[in-house]
Amino acid sequence: MLDTDLRTMIDDVKDGRVDRRAFIRRMVALGLTVPMATQILAIGGVAMAQSPASYKPTKRGGGGPLKLLWWQAPTLLNPHFATGTKDQDASRIFYEPLASWDVDGHLNPILAAEIPSVQNGGLAADGKSVTWKLKPGVKWHDGKPFTADDLVFTWEYATDPATAAVTIAVYRDMTVEKVDDLTVRIKFDKPTPFWANAFVGAYGCILPKHLFAEYKGAKSREAPYNLKPVGIGPYKFVEFKPGDLVRGELNSDYHMPNRPYFDTIEMKGGGDAVSAARAVIQTGEYDYAWNMQVEDEVLLRLEKGGKGKTIYAVGGDIEFIMLNFTDPNTEVDGERSSTKTKHPLFSDAAVRKALALLLDRDGVQKFIYGRAGRTTANYLNGPEQFVSKNTKWEFSVEKAVALLEESGWKAGSDGIREKDGKKLKLLYQTSINGPRQKTQAIFKQACQKAGIEVELKSIVASVFFSSDVANPDTYAKFYSDIEEFQIPMTQPDPAQHMRRYHSRFVATKENKWQGTNFPRWVNKDFDEAIDAAENETDPLKRAALYIKCNDIMWQDTVVIPVLHRLKVGAIANTMHPVISGWANDTDNLQDWYREV
Amino acid sequence: MSQYVLRRLLIAIPSLLGISLILFVVLALAPGDPFSDLATNPNVPPEVGLALRAKFGLDDPVYLRYLHWLVAMTQGDWGFSFVSRMNVDQLILQRLPTTLYVIGSAQLLALLVAIPVGVYAAMKPYSIFDQIASTLAFVGFSLPTFFTGILFILIFSVKLDWLPFVYTTDIKATGVRWFLEELRQAIMPIMVLGLFQAASMTRFVRAAMLDVIRLDYITTARAKGLGQARVMVKHVMRNAMIPVVTLIALQMPAVFGGAIVTEQIFRIPGIGSLLITSILANDTPVVMAVTFVFACLVVLFNLIADVLYGWLDPRISFR
Repeated sequence: MLDTDLRTMIDDVKDGRVDRRAFIRRMVALGLTVPMATQILAIGGVAMAQSPASYKPTKRGGGGPLKLLWWQAPTLLNPHFATGTKDQDASRIFYEPLASWDVDGHLNPILAAEIPSVQNGGLAADGKSVTWKLKPGVKWHDGKPFTADDLVFTWEYATDPATAAVTIAVYRDMTVEKVDDLTVRIKFDKPTPFWANAFVGAYGCILPKHLFAEYKGAKSREAPYNLKPVGIGPYKFVEFKPGDLVRGELNSDYHMPNRPYFDTIEMKGGGDAVSAARAVIQTGEYDYAWNMQVEDEVLLRLEKGGKGKTIYAVGGDIEFIMLNFTDPNTEVDGERSSTKTKHPLFSDAAVRKALALLLDRDGVQKFIYGRAGRTTANYLNGPEQFVSKNTKWEFSVEKAVALLEESGWKAGSDGIREKDGKKLKLLYQTSINGPRQKTQAIFKQACQKAGIEVELKSIVASVFFSSDVANPDTYAKFYSDIEEFQIPMTQPDPAQHMRRYHSRFVATKENKWQGTNFPRWVNKDFDEAIDAAENETDPLKRAALYIKCNDIMWQDTVVIPVLHRLKVGAIANTMHPVISGWANDTDNLQDWYREV
Repeated sequence: MSQYVLRRLLIAIPSLLGISLILFVVLALAPGDPFSDLATNPNVPPEVGLALRAKFGLDDPVYLRYLHWLVAMTQGDWGFSFVSRMNVDQLILQRLPTTLYVIGSAQLLALLVAIPVGVYAAMKPYSIFDQIASTLAFVGFSLPTFFTGILFILIFSVKLDWLPFVYTTDIKATGVRWFLEELRQAIMPIMVLGLFQAASMTRFVRAAMLDVIRLDYITTARAKGLGQARVMVKHVMRNAMIPVVTLIALQMPAVFGGAIVTEQIFRIPGIGSLLITSILANDTPVVMAVTFVFACLVVLFNLIADVLYGWLDPRISFR
C-alpha cells in the first residue's frame, strides 16, 4: 500500500524524474516532518545533499603549529597494528583511507574519486561487490605514485594471519582485485549490505606497497616503517617518540586544494584527562585534547572564562547494565554462569523489568555524565534510521514494587523480598571508574527501597576487560548477576554492534569466553532477525530488522541502558575541528583550521 | 681494595639472578594481558590476540620464558616491547636524557639546599634559623609531590600564566633561547622533586652533624685553637658525611629510575612514566628491563657507597 507508493516515489527521485524538494514537499503534505522525509530518501538509497564542508582557508599552510594533547600516548604508528584508539589516531595523521565518516555518519571521499553508489555503478545490485575509483595523481610522501596495487597489497597484508594485524576481520571475508591502475573491485563471499568497512576510516588506512612489500607476514614486526611512517596524508612524518610525542609537517603535495591549514602538527601524549582539559581550556597551551572523560562539573568550571570549550560528537556508544541469564553461583563442568543453568531470579521476567524501572537514568545523566550523555531506552542509538521509536523507559520505585508484588516476591523479615526461598540478592560488578561507582550507588539505593539487596563489586579495568582465561573477574566470564560497562560503536552501521547477542556467540568455557554474548541470552526471534538483516540489501527492510532486534532486547530486558554516551573533546575557542562520533578524532584532520 | 671490589661484584651475581627471578615470576603471575585492549575491541577477532600471544611467546611456560629472557639479557638483548614493537633498550635510551636532566637537577638542588642548611642548623641547634629550617623541612616532607605539583601548576601556570605545565622534548629554538626554554619548562618539576628531597635530607644532615659535634675529638680540635670553619669542614663534616653518603648513593638509582608521580603530572617523558605506562599496558619486557636495570643500579651504588666509606674513614678497611 503506502509502502509501494513510497518506493515508486523514491525511485522517481533516484532517476531524477522528481526532484528532492518536490519529494520532500509531498511528504510534508502527507504529514511527515522535513527531517523524516530526507531520512526516507537517505535510507532509500539516495545520497543526502551534502552540506558543503565549511572549510574557509583559501591557501595551503600558513596556520602555524597544531598542538594536540592525547592523555594516552601513541605507542606505534602502523594502523594495522594499532591496539587502541590512540595509535589509530596517531597513524591516521600520516596514512589515509579511501573515505572517512563525516559528522553525520556519511561517507566523505578522501582518496576515492567518488563514493560508490548504485547510480554510479559502484555498487552491485546483488550486494556482492563494490568498485572504488581512486583519485588520480596522488603521491606518497616519498614521491611514488599511489595506485590500485597499494590497496590490493594492504588487503593481502592485513589478511595474512602471520602478520597478526588487528584489521584482519575487516578484510577477511572478501577479495580485492585491481581493475586498472585507478580502480579496484572488492568482492564479497555473500551479499554485504555494509560494504563501507574495508578501506574506510581508521582501519581503512592504506599502506604503501613499495615499502611494506618485504615486511608482510612473519617479518611484519621488523618493518622500520612501523615507527617511521611514509604515508599519503596531509602531514608528513618528522619524529616519533613512543609513549610521548608524534610530530609532522605540512605535506606540500597533498591531494586536496588549500589543505592542510597548519604548517606543523604535534601530538603529545601522557598525563591525565583533567590536566589535559586544563591545558586546552584554561591555559591554552594546546589546541585540542581528546576523550575528555572528566566530570561535567569540572569541565563547566574550567570553561568559565577559559580559552577553550568542550565539543561533543554523537555516535552510538552505549553504557549499560547487562543481566546474566545463567546462574553465576552454580558450577557446571568447572564453569560458572554455564549455559546449562538458568538464573534463579532473572528467569522471572518481572524481576528483570523491575530492575529496569529502578535505574534513575535522569539522575545518572544529570549528576554524573552531564552533557556527555543522553538518556535512552534503546541499546541501538544510531545512526538515526536505525533508532527505534517503539521503546520507552521510566524510573519508578512504586511500579517496580507493584510488579514484584504481583509476581509473588514478598518482603521477608529482613525487608528483602523473596519467593520460594530465593532471596532478591544481586551482585553488581563493573570496572573501577569514578562515574561507574556512582551509578552503582544510585542503583543500589533505588533497589534497596524496592526490597532488593545489591552487593557492589568493582574490579580493576585491566583485569575486568582482559581476556585472561585464568581470571574469574573478567567481564566475559560474568560471574555476577549484573554488570556494567560500555560498548563503543566503532562504525555507523549496527551489524557488528547487534550481532554480539546472537546465540552462536554465547561466551562459554568451550570457546575460552571469547564469545561476545555475555548475558548468555538465547532468543530465536532475535537470531532470525540478525541473520536476515546481515543478508538484506534493501536498506529500508534492513533498518526495520535492526529496529526489531533492538525492540526484542528491550522486551526481554537483556540490558538496561544507562546512557547513550557522546564523544567529548576540548578545543581552543579559535579552532574549527571536524569531529565525528562515528570515526577517530583525526579522521577528518585535513579539514581542521583556525579562525584568525 | 681491587680484590674487595671483585669479590663484591661476584657476590652481586647471585643476588641479581635472584632479583630477576622474583621480578619475572611476580610479573608472570600478575593478572592482565598486554593484548587486552584488543579483546575489548569488537572489531578485532579473538584469534588476533591469540596469534600475537603465540608470536611473542606468551603461551610458553614461565620457566622457559625466564630462560629465554635470561639468555637474551646476557647477550645484551633487553627484549622487545609488545606495545611499541621496538627494542626495549632503544625505548629506554630515548627516555634517559630527560630523566637524567630533570631528576639529576632535582637531586643536585636537594644537595645544594640540604647540606648548607643542615650544617648551619647543626652548628647553632635550637636557634631561630634551626627552628625555621626544621619547620620548613617538616612541611616539605609531609606534602606529597602530587600535591605540591598540582599546587605549583595552579599557581604558576593557571593563575600567573608564567610557566608551561606540559613538558615538551623538542623545543624549536637554538642557543640561549633553547636553554632558557628548557629551564622554564623544567623549573617546576625540579623544584617539586628537589625541595621534597631536600626537606628530609636536611634533617638527616643535621642529625648526623649533631652526633659528631658532641664527640671528644671535636672538643680537642677546638681546644687546639682551630678556627670554627676548619673544625666544621675538616673534622665534623668529614665524619658526619658517612651516613649521608649512603643516603645519596642509595638515591642515585632513583635518578635513573625517574619519578613516577611527578613525571606523570608534568608529562615528562622519563623512565618513570615509561614504567607506569608499561605496567598499565602489561608490557612485561619493558617493565622487566626497567626494574632489572634499576636493581642493578641499586647493587652498583651500594658498592660505590662502601668504597667511598673507606676513602672518607680510613679506619674502615676492606677485607
